[in-house]
Amino acid sequence: MIVPSLLLQHAPALLLAVPMLGAFATPLLGRLGSGIRNAWAVLAMLCTLLIAVVLATEVLATGTIVYAFGAAAPHLSVPLDSGGIPIRIIFTVDAMSAFMALFASIVGFAVLLYSLKSQSRNSGQDGYYALLLLLTVGILGMVCTGDLFNFFVFLEINSLAGAALVAYRVDKGVAVEAGLKYAVLSTLGGLLVLFAIALLYGQYDALNIAMIASRMQFTLLDKVALVMLVVALAMKAGAVPMHFWTPDAYSMAPSAVTAFLVVASQASLYGIFRVVFSLYGLALDCLTVGWVLIILGVLSMFVGVTMAIPQKDVKRLMAYHAVSQTGYMLLGVGVGVAVLGNQDLLTAYGRIAMEGGIFHIINHAMYKGLLFLTAGAIFYRTGTRNLNKLGGLGHSMKWTMVFFMIGALAIAGIPPFNGFASKLMIYESVFLFNPLLSIIAMVVSILTLASFVKVFHSIFMGPKLPEYADVREVPAPMLIGMGILALFVILFGIFPQQVVDLLITPAAAALIDQGGYIASILGGA
Amino acid sequence: MSMSKIVRAAACVLLPFILVFGFYIVMHGHLTPGGGFQGGAVIATGFVLLMAAFSYDSITARLSKSSLTGGETLGLLLFIVTAAVALGLGGTFFGNWLANSGAIFGTPVAFGANPGNLNTAGVIPIMNLAVGIEVLGGLSVILLYMLSGVHEEVA
Repeated sequence: MIVPSLLLQHAPALLLAVPMLGAFATPLLGRLGSGIRNAWAVLAMLCTLLIAVVLATEVLATGTIVYAFGAAAPHLSVPLDSGGIPIRIIFTVDAMSAFMALFASIVGFAVLLYSLKSQSRNSGQDGYYALLLLLTVGILGMVCTGDLFNFFVFLEINSLAGAALVAYRVDKGVAVEAGLKYAVLSTLGGLLVLFAIALLYGQYDALNIAMIASRMQFTLLDKVALVMLVVALAMKAGAVPMHFWTPDAYSMAPSAVTAFLVVASQASLYGIFRVVFSLYGLALDCLTVGWVLIILGVLSMFVGVTMAIPQKDVKRLMAYHAVSQTGYMLLGVGVGVAVLGNQDLLTAYGRIAMEGGIFHIINHAMYKGLLFLTAGAIFYRTGTRNLNKLGGLGHSMKWTMVFFMIGALAIAGIPPFNGFASKLMIYESVFLFNPLLSIIAMVVSILTLASFVKVFHSIFMGPKLPEYADVREVPAPMLIGMGILALFVILFGIFPQQVVDLLITPAAAALIDQGGYIASILGGA
Repeated sequence: MSMSKIVRAAACVLLPFILVFGFYIVMHGHLTPGGGFQGGAVIATGFVLLMAAFSYDSITARLSKSSLTGGETLGLLLFIVTAAVALGLGGTFFGNWLANSGAIFGTPVAFGANPGNLNTAGVIPIMNLAVGIEVLGGLSVILLYMLSGVHEEVA
């Protein structure tokens, strides 16, 4: 069995190499015909998904996997003649990285299947599939890498591919404007990240996250670097008050892309967590940083949902809800950071809060992806996203309606869907930390429900409208793409305990265990 | 919108030198400052010179966008295949499987100060070449698209 052992040994590298090869070859294969190209893109994404599954299983079974690019063997992170300094680009895949990579590739696969039909009427599909695969590369690279500069490179791949995809459907220049806005803001964020990396490199002569973490002094320059990293990544994650690009970018991008941009934003959220926990760790003033994250989170939750309620454009509305949901993740993990130094409080509720926040990441990617895909399905058949013009689609698009209901109930935190499971974990643990925060979180959920009841009513209810008389259900590939996500929404809602035990607890433990992260690269020292 | 005869003649004289300089930067990337990206960009400036001196139509008649994007894709594929070959030879991804092998670019580097031997460094020159092709294709396509927005003035 030479192939599986090769696959197992090089899984972290292949996880990026396969979609990258897929992206690079797509324009060439596009010359042979669209069928071959689509099959190639699906194959590349399927292989990526399989590799992610293999990698995640391996990481959960054996612990953190280290991959040193270009070394004689993958685990040789510190060359013998280097004086104990990791000099190569090294991937450090711990349980948190594996978890992110796993769900990113699941959403990526669903999105790609959906795109086969939803983009079939557009031109320039060679570029579309290549960029979609490149965006996958960017996301997977961000979550797997153990090297700060490498993180910046993948952040830029993520931003550029995302910006190009936002502007993909040239709609009287509006999409291009949204794409440009996204590109400019991402570049600004990228520059902040680069500057912060330069500050750290200047002090510690290292780019490896574990190496810097082991030398961390928390000087004034480190604090400046921390602020720049958190601000830039929070902007990319779409947290209030840096959220203003999200409604434009999310609403103008093709829906399949929007569903994937949600994952791209969460890769930035992962970046914040990685920086706070693994790079700085206990050197931080945990209470202050924790409260900063909590305040960012609460602002995002509340401002996001209140801005969502008056929207007329269904995708703009969902985009504001995405901002709002990001707040829950920041709140949950922020509480974890705030009590990071205190072992008793961490055991009492800090871990649960973090697990809730991390669980919410995957749940959000599933149900929000599903909601954006249903919005895309409605746009595919009716050509409008305006809630005032839509109506009565429940008669003709039954499956889409069911998927929308599943997504809407999940985002509002109604059992038995997955949003309920993670929100309950956040409510309960945050209540022990500060009851007021928990109450705000619940109020935001109620407002979310109210908003989605309105959307559901105006799109699907009412008599059949004459202008949509010939509207039919969307084609099968789009339904399959939505179905995959809906399946996960329901499964995670019915079996939350199993998911938490299997994926979330190891991920949260990996984040907290900074010593383990450092030891995986530098050895037991 | 071609420019005067003097400019066109000067562009034709300069072009070979720009190309040679660009390829020099690409191929000496492992010895001197520069490399694939820088060299590719230098070569692309040669094309900009041609585009500025001659008209958009006369350039696209000789050099189609699809052949440039094809070159770009081939450069990228060469890059990733070079990296992946190391896996088949028992190393890690991006492993330098040509260095010190005695084959092309495989001469061991002499110890101490030396003027630099082109035939060293293993896969690094190959990757530089791949990046050079890719950047040359990519930047030229970008410039062609930008130029396609410039229209001939009606005299």
